[in-house]
Amino acid sequence: MSELLLDMQSLIGGYGGNDILKGASLTVAHNEIVVIVGPNGAGKSTLMKSAFGLVKIRQGAVVFQGESITNMRPDLVVRRGMSFVPQEKNVFPSLTVQENLEMGAYLRKDGGAARQMERIFEIFPRLKERRKQAAGSMSGGERQMVAMGRALMLDPKLILLDEPTAGLSPLFIEQTFERIVEINKLGIGVLMVEQNAKQALEIAHRGYVLAMGRNRFEDTGAGLLANREIAEMFLGG
Amino acid sequence: MDVTDLLQLAIYGVVLGSILTLGAIGVSLLFGILRFSNFAHGDIMTLGAYAAFAVVSILHTPVWLALPVGMIAGALVAVAADQLVYRRLRRTQPVILLISSFGMALIIRSLVQLIWGPQDRSFIKGIDMPMHFGDLMVSPQQLWILGGTIVIVIAVHLFLTRTRMGKAMRAMSDNMDLARVTGIDAEKVIIWTWALGGALAAAAGVFLALDTRLTPMMGWSALLPIFAAAILGGFGKPYGAIVGGMIIGVASEMSTAVLPPAYKPATAFAVMVIMLVVRPNGLLGARR
Repeated sequence: MSELLLDMQSLIGGYGGNDILKGASLTVAHNEIVVIVGPNGAGKSTLMKSAFGLVKIRQGAVVFQGESITNMRPDLVVRRGMSFVPQEKNVFPSLTVQENLEMGAYLRKDGGAARQMERIFEIFPRLKERRKQAAGSMSGGERQMVAMGRALMLDPKLILLDEPTAGLSPLFIEQTFERIVEINKLGIGVLMVEQNAKQALEIAHRGYVLAMGRNRFEDTGAGLLANREIAEMFLGG
Repeated sequence: MDVTDLLQLAIYGVVLGSILTLGAIGVSLLFGILRFSNFAHGDIMTLGAYAAFAVVSILHTPVWLALPVGMIAGALVAVAADQLVYRRLRRTQPVILLISSFGMALIIRSLVQLIWGPQDRSFIKGIDMPMHFGDLMVSPQQLWILGGTIVIVIAVHLFLTRTRMGKAMRAMSDNMDLARVTGIDAEKVIIWTWALGGALAAAAGVFLALDTRLTPMMGWSALLPIFAAAILGGFGKPYGAIVGGMIIGVASEMSTAVLPPAYKPATAFAVMVIMLVVRPNGLLGARR
């Protein structure tokens, strides 16, 4: 098996014949937190979604754990150990918290769902308290916990997070980043797109700055934070 | 008109409401998942009723034994209609799917006429004596319809809340895209939804035939009140369909106290329109 968990090379593609990615590349190693930052319209979410079969890739390759998954259907990607938390509408509102988590384990046949749910309740104790509550009646921050919990039910190797802190209060933003670090400590790779670039890069092992569908910079989280040019351009000085 | 007459009408209303409820749950579930109004639903009712009738007339079984056979027939026809026709059109414009369901309705109805002929038929031979409760009358069939509906609705509730497939149906109805990225096998859930909707429609058809009689048009004429019930309850909300079905059923029957019976379908729609003005997303729909 290769060293890399995820390897995306020179991707060109987008939605409906409109190329948003123009040669972007990205890798995630085992157990790594990788953040994609960049201006609006840079193709950050598109790049991440292209790992999950949600974007039509015309050129380039996506390799996950040594196996090509280029343009593979999402349900097949999930089976291979990658899960995805969309930015919006990322819970089933009429289902209870517990049912949302159960749906995350829909593909699981080994009977380990109950054990995994207990582990998730340890990371998010709040979800255990609210397990019988309909997910749609919860706050934005709590819904984000449900969504991340759901994505962890299959015990993935890599979790993709699309702007996990969007629309959250500062307190919840902090908590969400803490949870992401905790998840990573379980041996799960994290790839995320974030608007709160500074905070995200603080917890990241590595980061990519994307612009116009191409890589602009690539460095360790600390390295990008220390780069004055990037700070001026993308991190608000 | 005295209180007894109104109570009597209310009983008829609950019986009609039971039939509409069973039809409306399927319509609502299918809409919730596929965003598609299946106009062949009424004719699946008809087919289910005739399939049960075939069992009763050939094997001379009681109706309640023939009911599961009718439900299986309804489920099979619904799944076949989806796999042969609707599945291929799912990615086209909604109006094409809608019109194709009209075509499917005609095909199923023609099939029923071809096999069983155009004449009316009945599950019950001769006159069945109603039972008296004080001044109120209830026929044994009406009790069967009510009891059968209660059992089926409870079974559907348990299915939707306790089984993996039932929960996946609710999840798909909530958010199809999220269901796909979660790894839920959408096609499989869709097939099960058609099977459930078809079986419930067939049960509604058998009950409607028990309450009245079998005609090739029976399901088609029930289709509009069923849609009214589903919309009233909040389209895509199976639990709303139960409330909607009962309200439409009772309102339709009670209206005959003051209006000629021919206005029953009109009453159903008047109730629906008035309620929608007050609650645009249906009774159980999200408040705006």
